[in-house]
Amino acid sequence: MSDNSENGKYKVIGTRPIRHDGAEKVIGKAIYGADVRMSGMLYGQVIRSPHAHARIKSIDTSKAEALEGVRAVVTSKDLPKTNEDDMIDLGEGMTRLKYIRDNILASDKVLYRGHAVAGVAAINQQTAEEALSLIEVEYEVLPAVVNVIDAMKDDAPLLHDTLTTDEMGEQTDKKSNIAAHLQHKLGDPEKGFKEADIVIEHEFHTATVHQGYIEPHNGTAIWNPDGQLTIWTSTQGAFVVQKQVAAVLDHPISKVKVVPTEIGGGFGGKIPIYLEPVAALLSRKTGHPVKLLMTRAGVFEGTGPTPGSYVRLKLGADKSGKLVAGDCYLAFEAGGYPGSPMFCGCMCIFACYEVPNAIVNGYDVVVNKPKSAPYRAPGSTQVAFAIETMLDEIAEKLGMDSFDIRLLNAAKEGTRRVDDLVYPRIGCVETMEAGKASDHYNTPLEGPYRGRGVATGYWFNIGFKSCVTASVNEDGTVNLMEGSTDIGGSRTSIAMQFAEVLALPVEDVNPRVGDTGEIGYNDVTGGSRTTYATGYAAYNAAQDVKAQMIEIAARHWELSADDVEFTDEVFKSKKDSSKKLNFKELAKIGSADDSPVIGKGSVNLGFHIGGSFATNIVDVEVDPETGKVTILRFTAIQDAGKAIHPSYVEGQMQGGSVQGIGWALNEEYFYNADGKMENSTFLDYRIPTALDLPMIETIIVEVPNPTHPFGVRGVGEANIAPPPAAITNAIYNAIGVRFRELPMRPDRIIAALAAKRESEPLEAVAGS
Amino acid sequence: MQKLTNGTSVVMVEGKTVREVIDNLDKQFPGIKDRLCENDRIRPNFAVAVNSEIITVGLRKQVEPDSEVHFLPAVSGG
Repeated sequence: MSDNSENGKYKVIGTRPIRHDGAEKVIGKAIYGADVRMSGMLYGQVIRSPHAHARIKSIDTSKAEALEGVRAVVTSKDLPKTNEDDMIDLGEGMTRLKYIRDNILASDKVLYRGHAVAGVAAINQQTAEEALSLIEVEYEVLPAVVNVIDAMKDDAPLLHDTLTTDEMGEQTDKKSNIAAHLQHKLGDPEKGFKEADIVIEHEFHTATVHQGYIEPHNGTAIWNPDGQLTIWTSTQGAFVVQKQVAAVLDHPISKVKVVPTEIGGGFGGKIPIYLEPVAALLSRKTGHPVKLLMTRAGVFEGTGPTPGSYVRLKLGADKSGKLVAGDCYLAFEAGGYPGSPMFCGCMCIFACYEVPNAIVNGYDVVVNKPKSAPYRAPGSTQVAFAIETMLDEIAEKLGMDSFDIRLLNAAKEGTRRVDDLVYPRIGCVETMEAGKASDHYNTPLEGPYRGRGVATGYWFNIGFKSCVTASVNEDGTVNLMEGSTDIGGSRTSIAMQFAEVLALPVEDVNPRVGDTGEIGYNDVTGGSRTTYATGYAAYNAAQDVKAQMIEIAARHWELSADDVEFTDEVFKSKKDSSKKLNFKELAKIGSADDSPVIGKGSVNLGFHIGGSFATNIVDVEVDPETGKVTILRFTAIQDAGKAIHPSYVEGQMQGGSVQGIGWALNEEYFYNADGKMENSTFLDYRIPTALDLPMIETIIVEVPNPTHPFGVRGVGEANIAPPPAAITNAIYNAIGVRFRELPMRPDRIIAALAAKRESEPLEAVAGS
Repeated sequence: MQKLTNGTSVVMVEGKTVREVIDNLDKQFPGIKDRLCENDRIRPNFAVAVNSEIITVGLRKQVEPDSEVHFLPAVSGG
């Protein structure tokens, strides 16, 4: 049942209808990857390296293959032969095909503990797991490096024999763990620092953190004798899976069909592929469908977390608090293969502010950890931690309010960034102003060991390709086929945008997420693009349907189409106002007399880097005896451009905030000296639950995106950027200790308080 | 890439499309086209921004007088 829109401008947009997939999800009938079952299906599992870095000397699968109930074993030998220099474009730049294939099943080396080495298919899960224990892998253990600073040293163990540093397409000659170096420069930073009244510089460290989706990776494949391969998988992008699988298996893309199941969280981590090619190979060998489900330990150790990082930031300001110079050095851990979001970090570090003289040097560094994957605004959280805490430090030195220094420096339309791009209309100032005016910020916080912090973050949001088709049923309902995995209610948000154009109740639009054989190409559900780009495609499809319906009405009334219009929610003759029909009436007429109405919308959207800004206000209380930090109150503010379904926007804001809180206080990959993760279960990798946190209050700001018909800005990502910095600032205001390392675990809080009591310098703990 | 432009960060160049801009850039600074393009398209590891909008139509994107064209690493999201 739709509520009436409060804004008066739209009939559907801005309301809060029940999502189309809601009922089946809450009663457990939605089909997820683990629910896929078919006749003759086998069950698979993957053996993973126990070592962080080792050469594979041999793999003996004979005993596993001889076990009763085992039907096939595959290793990298079952993948196509790869030449060292083969490159592949997977939509995010060229990557070595060897890296992709080796990450699926290691060939000559394992580069992290958890690296997949072989896959088994058996008649049941237990037999598959028993078979794993019979696979004998002989390793030559090599020294491991699990820290970005150590990996960059000249004497660091090299992960790859041929890796050199890429500098915007130019390779250096030196073999290194540094896979890429990027520099942005604006103005004259040296001059800016000379003229500054205040200059501060600090180092920051963040740990490896996982996206923490509740649903593990999965893949079911059936490889038919005619070469047709069908894969069911939980993914953020069925077409990207199709492209990657076709490349990895060297199989025609036309023979690969990917069916996306419902997804239990992704956050970027379900863009890469892991199990799908293994399932496909096992199916090809056995002639049966094969399903693989990843264990939780496998998820932590074998899939992509977000990088740990090192950031060194120097800021210069004048005595009014205006930033005059910035210098950032950042190094991100890519994991075993190149490709961290270092480029994004370089883009985001100064993105919230006008910094007229700035330089950023970013480094993408391989280490013996799982290959990193995107995690919600990848790279932005790590850099926001640095700049947002240092801004507060400058504000304190100048006796300024935390919001005032931000507003003084806030990026606006026309601000030129360090990457030399210029902002269009953006909502940075508006989110800060909303924060400063909020009830939260204007409610005094009292009590010992309590403090309040604020921070702002950013994500640029992408556009790219989406398409939808819409078919009108004779009863006036519409079947809307889309290709975007539904994350956070997006199928309903997309349906709402379609419905708005035709003034339909959204319940009369039936959205469905199709597979790669049913709909045209769609880029991933990620990058905060889906409500924006697929919504735009739906808008276009609705316009197409409208045009066809006008034609039908014209034929029905024996008029020219130019004499018919759609206005006031009906189709009517411009010449005779008594001639009017609503959508349902016209659909019934059309179904009898006319061709089926099929609307299409297809977009390939560029995107301005205006994106979305998010601001947080957080109140904390620190227990000085246990070091536990309690979140007392948390307000998330974000610019949504136009909130199509406000509940889903709020959900994104709350979800990103919770993940940011976990990142700040608890979450990290805890490695021992041998590069083995010691906390690869949810028992020991502590993410916040509903029991840990208060309700996250939300304030939606709407500064319309000029490039979208409804003004939509993606909201999925920017909200994870500010929480760690806001909490760091709050903890400083609570206990007088400024942290520069995440997470701010209880033991670190205790140690910092002890040091403070012994009159050590106020500057914290690690990385100062 | 400033090594290819003798340290110059901003270069003025003629062109009605990104293709023409790159062709003319290469006349001033030989080798830059090969860095940016392959098989008659922008290399996939680069993004191109025209007036700060990341474009998706590659070399055929039209540019206006006084347009700014930037070459950046390709970006995505999570």
